[in-house]
Amino acid sequence: MQNKDTIIELKGISKIFEDDGFKAVDNFNLEVKRGEFVTFLGPSGCGKTTTLRMIAGFDVPTEGDILLNGKSLIGLPPYKRPINTVFQRYALFPHMNVYDNIAFGLRQNKTPKDVIGRKVGRVLELVDLEGFEHRKIQTLSGGQQQRIAIARALVNEPEILLLDEPLGALDLKMRKEMQLELKDMHDKLGITFIYVTHDQEEALTMSDKIVVMSEGRTQQIGTPEDIYNEPANAFVADFIGESNIFNGMMTGHLKARFCGGEFVCVDDFEEGTHITAVVRPEDVEIVAPGAGTINGIVDSVIFKGIHYEITVLSGKNEIVIQTVHNARVGDHVGLRVDPENIHIMLAEDHTNLFFADVNRDFRLEYNGHHIDTSLTRIIKGSKRKEDGTVVDGNGDILEPDRVRILVSIQPDDIEMTDDQDAGLIQGTISNLIYKGDHYSYIIHTELEQDFVVDDEYLWNMGDRVSLLMPVDKMTFTLKRK
Amino acid sequence: MRFSRKSLGIPYAVFLVIFVAAPLLVLFYYAFTNGQGQFTLRNFTHFFTDPNTLGTLYYSFTIALVTTLVCLLLAYPVAYFLATSGLRSQSVILMLFVMPMWINFSLRITALKEILNLLEGNLAMHPFLNAVVGMTYDFMPFMILPIYTTISRLDGALCEAAMDLGADSLQTFLRVTLPLSVPGILSGVSMVFLPAMTNYVVLDMLYNSTYIMGSLIGSYFAAYNWHGGSMISLILLAMICIFTLLTGGEEDEPGRGGALL
Repeated sequence: MQNKDTIIELKGISKIFEDDGFKAVDNFNLEVKRGEFVTFLGPSGCGKTTTLRMIAGFDVPTEGDILLNGKSLIGLPPYKRPINTVFQRYALFPHMNVYDNIAFGLRQNKTPKDVIGRKVGRVLELVDLEGFEHRKIQTLSGGQQQRIAIARALVNEPEILLLDEPLGALDLKMRKEMQLELKDMHDKLGITFIYVTHDQEEALTMSDKIVVMSEGRTQQIGTPEDIYNEPANAFVADFIGESNIFNGMMTGHLKARFCGGEFVCVDDFEEGTHITAVVRPEDVEIVAPGAGTINGIVDSVIFKGIHYEITVLSGKNEIVIQTVHNARVGDHVGLRVDPENIHIMLAEDHTNLFFADVNRDFRLEYNGHHIDTSLTRIIKGSKRKEDGTVVDGNGDILEPDRVRILVSIQPDDIEMTDDQDAGLIQGTISNLIYKGDHYSYIIHTELEQDFVVDDEYLWNMGDRVSLLMPVDKMTFTLKRK
Repeated sequence: MRFSRKSLGIPYAVFLVIFVAAPLLVLFYYAFTNGQGQFTLRNFTHFFTDPNTLGTLYYSFTIALVTTLVCLLLAYPVAYFLATSGLRSQSVILMLFVMPMWINFSLRITALKEILNLLEGNLAMHPFLNAVVGMTYDFMPFMILPIYTTISRLDGALCEAAMDLGADSLQTFLRVTLPLSVPGILSGVSMVFLPAMTNYVVLDMLYNSTYIMGSLIGSYFAAYNWHGGSMISLILLAMICIFTLLTGGEEDEPGRGGALL
């Protein structure tokens, strides 16, 4: 049964691009209520824009159905859908003035002239640009063009307004202002907004409901509070706000080992289960050495206005802490976390995640070993310029010191070897589980990080192994420091 | 002497003076003097009073206009579909249209002549038609390229925006694509229309008796009337300048397809 409040429903939407076979969206399901402000949030390439384009009608889903008020939209061209879009770079018609741009849609459905005039005037008032009717598009600033683009879409009184990263091209101050104004317009007009952004703060500020996406799949759907406080998995935790994320293992009832210590937690899993632990930086307490669960040395302190951001090295693990208390670099400290502030989640896909550094030659390094690939090869759209710098797809310079690469690799893609110098990293086998046709191992490495490795052969607990990780099996994500 | 970047421009500056500026001055000199080297406006008034020159001007104008229109009508759809189809082999197909330009001009026209001969029997029967066919064939790529470049540089989001606002494909084309491809059209027109008024070599090679401005200038020089010939050239030059000012005054770089030529 169709819920009366549901305006649009996406059922099992998938999109595979014919030309390169790339699966941009994978089994996407969503119900949007009338008047809701829904945000698709995710890094570039996660499929959020493709999903939006399928709702608008510019792309056709390979599978699945889109229902608007209970009726399928599949096969309906964009110009027949009661949906309007605010485009990423506004897409205002350069050969028309402001008035003609806004009137475009109204003229298209043969609205009488005097009605057009009235509606254009009203919508210009709404976006605070009264009297701009006869200005040329080229004479407007970015922020003004943005408002005209919104006005051009809103004047048609669509049932749903789609916004594709509309604030991406504005500077920070302008963006903040527009966020509030958009939210305001949404409250005033009661139109359903579907908003696409990669900016988590924007999503948290504006939305009623957030859909976190990664690699074409929905990671979590929930209110901003849900998503921040109860992230469903490591990806969401990492993407929304800052997080310390560790791979680890359950060592007993309500006990988990990660980051080189055994912590008490409130989530229970069977002993030996591979887990991911997420701790928010504001939830870590600095105590006297020995008084906490783990000990470490303060590595850096940055004053951030209302708090300090302190990085502590414990073994080779890095823990980021936000606190109002100061500390000095080099201090020996203890760290503790309240059990309820440790989010333990099943490392259900067992994907191994680790950070690699970028060296001066724009090549990747981990644990002092080279990974045989370079920045330009793994970051889509990036290139090396003549002056030696590397820029990403948006033309922003990537400085080796300021970026790290999050590498992920599946357990069955890692191979274990006795030859200690052959692999990227060495460790001891600390747990093994027989899974029917293979064994699943946890390798506790010298960097105090646990790796999960699947192997069909039996190794023994305590064996010292080196891990071989083929570059072509790794996936890379750019992280800015 | 210190070597500066500016000195790199010297060779071209020399070229410009010897082959562009100096001949222009000579042209001016001849246009406004008579056989005795005295200043006169007779060449100028002669142009606008001689029914022969005016008739040729009118006839050239008609041929150039028809050629331009035919080129535009044939070239626009080609350029449009090439630019919007998103074919992987786009550039290959484009090259097929441009490639004739890389084949020797006289060979092309001779081949065309044979074909027309075969079709019409006697070339002298249809001088106007043959003139237009020959010119169209010769100038077509100059019309395709600028239009193609303009359309392919159009932001695809603009068409999507039009569709989003309720315009179907035809309305999107008429209200967005066509108006925005006007710079390409103008650029193509200026590259076809003006040469078409003077390129009499094409006609000569087609054994065409049609007399256009180029033929007229050629005949003046053949008869050693350099003064009259110069004046006609100067008047054509003035017309080109006026036309360019009227149409292309504000277009920065509509990409005259130079890269491919």
